[in-house]
Amino acid sequence: MSASLPYLIASVCFILALQGLSSPTHARRGNLVGAAGMLIAVVGTLLYAQILTFLWIGIGLMIGAAIGAAMSIWIPMTKMPERIALSHCFGGLAAALVGVSEYHHRLGQGTLDQFTMGALGLEVFLGFLTFTGSLMAFGKLQGIISGAPLTYKGQNATNITMFFAALVLLVLLVLDPSRSFLFYLMGALGLAVGVLAVLPIGGADMPVVISLLNSYAGMASAATGFALGNYVLIIAGALDGTSGFLLSMKMSKAMNRSFANVLFGAFGAQPDTSAGGAGGPAANYNLATVEDAVGVLTAAQTVIVVPGYGMAVSQAQHAVRELAQSLEARGATVKYAIHPVAGRMPGHMNVLLAEANVPYDQLYDLDDINDEFARTDVALVVGANDVVNPAAKTNPGSPIYGMPVFNVDQCHAVIVLKRSVATGFAGIENDLFVQPNTMMVLGDAKKTLREFIAGVKEEAA
Amino acid sequence: MSNELLFGLYIFVLAGFLGHYVIEKVPPLLHTPLMAGTNAISGISLVGSLVSAGGHYGKLSMVLGFIAVICATINTVGGFLITDRMLRMFKRKKAPVRSAQA
Repeated sequence: MSASLPYLIASVCFILALQGLSSPTHARRGNLVGAAGMLIAVVGTLLYAQILTFLWIGIGLMIGAAIGAAMSIWIPMTKMPERIALSHCFGGLAAALVGVSEYHHRLGQGTLDQFTMGALGLEVFLGFLTFTGSLMAFGKLQGIISGAPLTYKGQNATNITMFFAALVLLVLLVLDPSRSFLFYLMGALGLAVGVLAVLPIGGADMPVVISLLNSYAGMASAATGFALGNYVLIIAGALDGTSGFLLSMKMSKAMNRSFANVLFGAFGAQPDTSAGGAGGPAANYNLATVEDAVGVLTAAQTVIVVPGYGMAVSQAQHAVRELAQSLEARGATVKYAIHPVAGRMPGHMNVLLAEANVPYDQLYDLDDINDEFARTDVALVVGANDVVNPAAKTNPGSPIYGMPVFNVDQCHAVIVLKRSVATGFAGIENDLFVQPNTMMVLGDAKKTLREFIAGVKEEAA
Repeated sequence: MSNELLFGLYIFVLAGFLGHYVIEKVPPLLHTPLMAGTNAISGISLVGSLVSAGGHYGKLSMVLGFIAVICATINTVGGFLITDRMLRMFKRKKAPVRSAQA
């Protein structure tokens, strides 16, 4: 208990760190305070807790610090969702392993009471679930596993059954903690549930899934805190758990879908029969050349850029900023409209544009900019699809009906950068693309944008 | 015993509420750093791993604890570093510096 004071200080530091994130001007300092809190907690543990061997701890700390630093310094910003998925994966694994170790130790000592057993059970189940679930999410993001939702008959029934089986195991274990077979079965069940629960979830639902896994990782940490009687773990876990939960609520809301729908809906698996005859051939698209688009752009006084996952894939954020600057140099106003679920994780687009030196006061949320489209000359859609689909407002049969989308269709002119005219995710037709005032410029977004920049500069010369 | 549980629950629930109010104020602009930052913070499970790895609980506990120490350290060190790297990028409008092309 003598490490209590460092733990209290650390808890306060963590809360201050989160508070700092309420504004970009204080955020860095807050993060530093959080890191200091962590250092205090670790040093306090090493000094006061009953630690007898420092050799392996030292080696582990060094290996972990080296890997962690390498993963943070050299990873490209476009890979941030993968990076975050991996860190949930490590967090889950660490919690689960501590749980197994503690169970083994306490069982051997005969100090395993029912309360600790309950906490350990939850810790190991959630930890292993987060571990495999995050690995699956990482695989899907990286393209190792198909990003498409994988579904099979009776999938939901299987997942729900496994979940309840875990609950039953937990109760049995609390009643008699010495049944170690059940304990390990529960861990195995956690591993399986993690895989099976993420399997049916499609790429565009990743923001919700990543947030949810964030929440589970936090809950696993909190359960560790209960098992060890360590309050800083409970507090940090509660903060992490709440944060992930809040984010996943916000993401679900931004897609107009309930939690249950995301988890069990397997979005992309629904056959797309509802597009209302819009499934016409590519001939309906108004394909435009770079010259046409440059003409429209240079004539515009106001431009709103709508980035989507395609911008991340093509790493086009720097080209976007350059084009915006050359338009601003001609006297145009450029703003960016960021949808909460654009990209593969919450805030994905903001980070990429910040990396490209786009000032953050030019980035606008859905509610802050949506009324402006009707008054705007040109909307430039860079690799976004669902978030600009007017069917979400007009077609009750569309799978995304009810989702809040940008009013891009109300702009005077729309330029859409897209790799091909093939239907995107889930095969949902996008009525925006066949509107008469929409110009489709096909090809790699970065390459197209570079051609735009050259065109705009030529115009100026 | 049930006192310990009750006290833990007190702390858990109150920390959750506090977290809710603090995190509600985080703008969507910073949602990715928020996730990276909370990840770093929940790497505090490192404290548990340390005791497990160095507490002479037996070989199994030591090995598991050792792996857990590595995983948790990756998250704490890596988490705070990447959060800082991201936050450093967020700038207000002020004669943006033209960086070399990516």
